[in-house]
Amino acid sequence: MLAMNYRGPHRVRIDHKPVPEILHPQDAIVRVTRSCICGSDLHLYNGSVPDTRVGMTFGHEFTGVVEQVGPGVEKLKVGDHVLVPFNIACGTCVFCQQGLYGNCHESNPQATAVGGIYGYSHTAGGYDGGQAEYVRVPYADVSPAVIPEGMDPDDAVLLTDVVPTAFQAAEMGGIQTGDTVVVFGAGPVGIMAARCAWLFGAGRVIVIDCVDYRLDFARTYAPCEAYDFRSLEDPVVFIKGTTESLGADVCIDAVGAEAAGSALQTVLGRKLLVQGGSATALHWAINSVKKGGIVSIVGVYGPVGTHVPIGNVVNKGITLRANQASVKRLLPRLIEHVQNGILDPKALITHRIPLEDVSDAYRIFSAKLDDCIKPVLMPPSARS
Amino acid sequence: MEHTPKDPSQVLGWGVDADPKNDPTYPMKHRTDGEHAGYSWGRPPRQPPTVEVLHSIERSDLTSAFGTSTPPSGASGALRRFAFQYSESSYGHWLPLMLADRVGVAEGVLNDLKNGRVPNVLAERGWKAEWKHDRTGLVRRILVRGILFSAAVAYFRGKSTDSR
Ligand SMILES: NC(=O)c1ccc[n+]([C@@H]2O[C@H](COP(=O)([O-])OP(=O)(O)OC[C@H]3O[C@@H](n4cnc5c(N)ncnc54)[C@H](O)[C@@H]3O)[C@@H](O)[C@H]2O)c1
Ligand SMILES: [Zn+2]
Ligand SMILES: [Zn+2]
Repeated sequence: MLAMNYRGPHRVRIDHKPVPEILHPQDAIVRVTRSCICGSDLHLYNGSVPDTRVGMTFGHEFTGVVEQVGPGVEKLKVGDHVLVPFNIACGTCVFCQQGLYGNCHESNPQATAVGGIYGYSHTAGGYDGGQAEYVRVPYADVSPAVIPEGMDPDDAVLLTDVVPTAFQAAEMGGIQTGDTVVVFGAGPVGIMAARCAWLFGAGRVIVIDCVDYRLDFARTYAPCEAYDFRSLEDPVVFIKGTTESLGADVCIDAVGAEAAGSALQTVLGRKLLVQGGSATALHWAINSVKKGGIVSIVGVYGPVGTHVPIGNVVNKGITLRANQASVKRLLPRLIEHVQNGILDPKALITHRIPLEDVSDAYRIFSAKLDDCIKPVLMPPSARS
Repeated sequence: MEHTPKDPSQVLGWGVDADPKNDPTYPMKHRTDGEHAGYSWGRPPRQPPTVEVLHSIERSDLTSAFGTSTPPSGASGALRRFAFQYSESSYGHWLPLMLADRVGVAEGVLNDLKNGRVPNVLAERGWKAEWKHDRTGLVRRILVRGILFSAAVAYFRGKSTDSR
């Protein structure tokens, strides 16, 4: 089968690999119909996630048709068209039982700090991912959901990660009616988080980024205020200035390890890789939120220590909340929102690229070429 | 400012998920203290290991399911095995893994060559897309790198003539 193949930082290509097999009684094999590239993949692409091995196939946001099921699979049937949440979750461990499906204890032997994630290095379980024609789906009865009748597959594929992550970012913000919410990052996750902030009753939503076309998109899609941090002398002062010197009620970090805006953070976190990424957006979030405010982090960072003004977290009485999204927990509500027309995820998809052109797709998304917001890879069988 | 909807309640779906009780400044977990009865669960069936899978020393064994992509091999594999002697809390774990990743890239190139394949690095880096969508940026980068490279060559040439 065709599969994306990681060769090193900034080097990916399409190759032939054997079709995956059932390795566990609760596995399914899925023929991929759509597979996105995510901001999270850029951390792998840039070589900043430890234990990212050459030869691995990335891809944690995909839909597909069930081709084969193991003897322990009871609910999923061959032929079902499913959306597959990015978390690999057993459904029975103590964390899964609490609804922490992103923190499963039975899906990632290599690290206890995160559950298994498709195509996300060995630090997240060593699974080959969905940027391929076929993929192995463990615990197939737990997370995968049959795509509801009539749902556009483009909406479905964004329900595997972007929408739940953005929704959870707003949810973890504990947004109260009328709150001012600042979202750092106008990638797919940040734009959708700004959109979701309204659902929780925000009174004002502000997005910060440095890419004009993304800011424009956020303004009309969320809809919200959106500012280029390069034109603000200091984003923290700007936010204080626009909130009567108090700070925002809630700040959301939807940027993560690849943040721009601070030379020191960039050198330490993205060039030398001696910290778990560049924490510029998180730094701004902590310093822009009001005392007693909430900083909600969905931006992804590496596992080692990272420079953040933790003293200000203490002194301001800030609550930090963060997690990998618990996709399965949020799916029922979000499917409802899509079906009722409250959320329109597919509008984020700007590029539909053949799987064979995966090298170009990564470059377009990572270098923000051609006004790209969200690219989706189409395997040959899904194009005919 | 002009982009703020004047009346947020006009935004489609405004407030449908408002939850006045979700205020994490205060304790929010609905405690049942069930955890205190002990953390145990009926573990799912165990996946038989078919390749070498390393596991964190912060747990006693493999998880019930795991990935089998790209098992450790060669010099990078040796580094990874070394790294897994240390906990996730230790630089002794992460720094050797980062080093192993870099060594793995070189091994990847050697493997390609061994299989009679010269990796097309330009294509892998997606320069076709850059040529199409950001030609000036690409040309500028190549020029800057070219100039830096020639300057470095000229400098070191100069040095070696000096020392003669
Ligand atoms: N927690 C989860 O479950 C989860 C799930 C999906 C994605 N993520 C993470 O969310 C983040 C965003 O994902 P995405 O797909 O939108 O990525 P993306 O790379 O498309 O978007 C990131 C945006 O942040 C902007 N940016 C860079 N520096 C900034 C700064 N200092 N301040 C404000 N904006 C800045 C970039 O210009 C870019 O538009 C990533 O870190 C990704 O790994 C987390
Ligand atoms: Zn993702
Ligand atoms: Zn679990």
